[in-house]
Amino acid sequence: MNLIKRILGIVWIGLGIGAGIYLIYFQAVPLWAKGGNDLVPAIIYTFVLAPLISIGMSLFGYYAFQGEFDKI
Amino acid sequence: MQTKKQSLAYIISASSVGTLIEWYDFYIFGSLATVLSTKFFPTDNPTAAFLNTLATFAAGFVVRPFGALVFGRLGDLIGRKYTFMVTLMLMGGATFAIGLIPSYATIGAWAPILVLTLRLLQGLALGGEYGGAATYVAEHAPPERRGFFTSWIQTTATLGLVISLAVIMLTRASLSKEAFDDYGWRIPFLVSIIMVLVSLLIRKNMEESPMFEQAKMEGKISKNPLKESFGNKLNLKYVLLALFGATMGQGLVWYTGQFYAQTFLLKICNLDDIQTNMILVIGLLLGTPLFVIFGALSDKIGRKGIMMAGMIIAIFSYRPIFDQMYKTVDITHKTVVPGSEKMILSGKTTTVSKEFTDGSSYKNVITEVSTDKTESKITIKINKTDQWTLIGYVFCLISFVTMAYGPIAAFLVEMFPTKIRYTSMSLPYHIGNGVFGGLMPAIATFLVSNANAAGTLEKPYLEGLNYPIALISVCVVIGIIYIKSDKKASL
Repeated sequence: MNLIKRILGIVWIGLGIGAGIYLIYFQAVPLWAKGGNDLVPAIIYTFVLAPLISIGMSLFGYYAFQGEFDKI
Repeated sequence: MQTKKQSLAYIISASSVGTLIEWYDFYIFGSLATVLSTKFFPTDNPTAAFLNTLATFAAGFVVRPFGALVFGRLGDLIGRKYTFMVTLMLMGGATFAIGLIPSYATIGAWAPILVLTLRLLQGLALGGEYGGAATYVAEHAPPERRGFFTSWIQTTATLGLVISLAVIMLTRASLSKEAFDDYGWRIPFLVSIIMVLVSLLIRKNMEESPMFEQAKMEGKISKNPLKESFGNKLNLKYVLLALFGATMGQGLVWYTGQFYAQTFLLKICNLDDIQTNMILVIGLLLGTPLFVIFGALSDKIGRKGIMMAGMIIAIFSYRPIFDQMYKTVDITHKTVVPGSEKMILSGKTTTVSKEFTDGSSYKNVITEVSTDKTESKITIKINKTDQWTLIGYVFCLISFVTMAYGPIAAFLVEMFPTKIRYTSMSLPYHIGNGVFGGLMPAIATFLVSNANAAGTLEKPYLEGLNYPIALISVCVVIGIIYIKSDKKASL
């Protein structure tokens, strides 16, 4: 089980980075270009969801990979 | 023993009433968003319209984790009781003040700025309240019944919505439409101050949490809860685990079942707003006792299993349930009563209406906004049988919420030590619920409108569900693999 936890750590890091890139380039950038009321979701994607998911998930994955959750 | 039981009942009631009022305050803003937008955010002013979208859909939710940090720190430094007295006053004051703000027509740009600022204060207060109440009750409860006692706090979020809808419906029913639009909408905000004052009087007599008092006497209070919670890898990893393995999924199940169901019926199915609110209120009231049942059950069979089961059922049920909800309201397969179709022209407004053999009706009010732009407002009313069918679907959605949300307070308080509990449990809770969950209805509606615009999907109205289903799935995998099955934890 601990091996699975550690291997999945790499998946969470990849998922975090991938989600961040997707949210910024495929969701936020077109909305920034549109402007107006679309700036609200653009701001949310860029400054809230993308950093939260990419940094948070990657850090979680890093800890998992390091074996920090082995004894939980 | 009897005295202890009574005092515990008092502790739960006093904590729950305050939290209930905070939820009420937070929800009336959303429930009255349409009226507020006409008073404070004129559509011909792009900046005001932008602030409206920000205030209505994002600000109150996004700021909640900051409230969790500010008040969580305070709660771990000076005590639980005083901190959630402050959050209650802040919430009550901000809500009351919204009811007093002069309209845009009177004070111009100050109106939307003040409303947005007060909405931010509401979000901050809510961010501090929940963690305090949950921690306070949990620290009084016996370990073997912690899930049951904290589940009463969990009911307040749903009952707060029911009360907010009831007060608004009652105010509307007591006044003419003109009077409600003129001043009546302020009443639900102003009424809040009475409820807050009563709650403050009740809470004033409460004693500090025994665990916090003991930690204080032994000099074990944290000197810097923020640093200890998030600067220490040992605690930070638990914060991340609580977020990605529990509260993210739980928040999404909650907001999909309770709030997106409302948005879906109103904006995507175009169901009449009174019918929508009635369906929601009845579904919520029927489902609320399940919070306590699942909370109590979590004391017997463990918290993780119930929460994960609720999330897994939600993942596989959302698309079929929302599909059936849409089809129940959809008029395209219904038979029109011969001769019932009418078109009335009045100035720049055209009203098209028709009735169906099953008792449903359709009305479309098309207004010419400018020479090249028209606005259309479709309203569908359904028969009693279909209303009960929708109540049944909402009840199913709420039952998933109760599984995921009922045991979460006990689960979170058991993850962290007394000295940093308020801070550490509040942050993942409010990121999961305020950010991932709170933004869900707006993001899902946005995804549906994009799918409608693309016009390539068979069921574009279900596209909004992709967001919660994807994130809940990740949460379930993390929760099952990384969260240990429960231990009967002493705090």
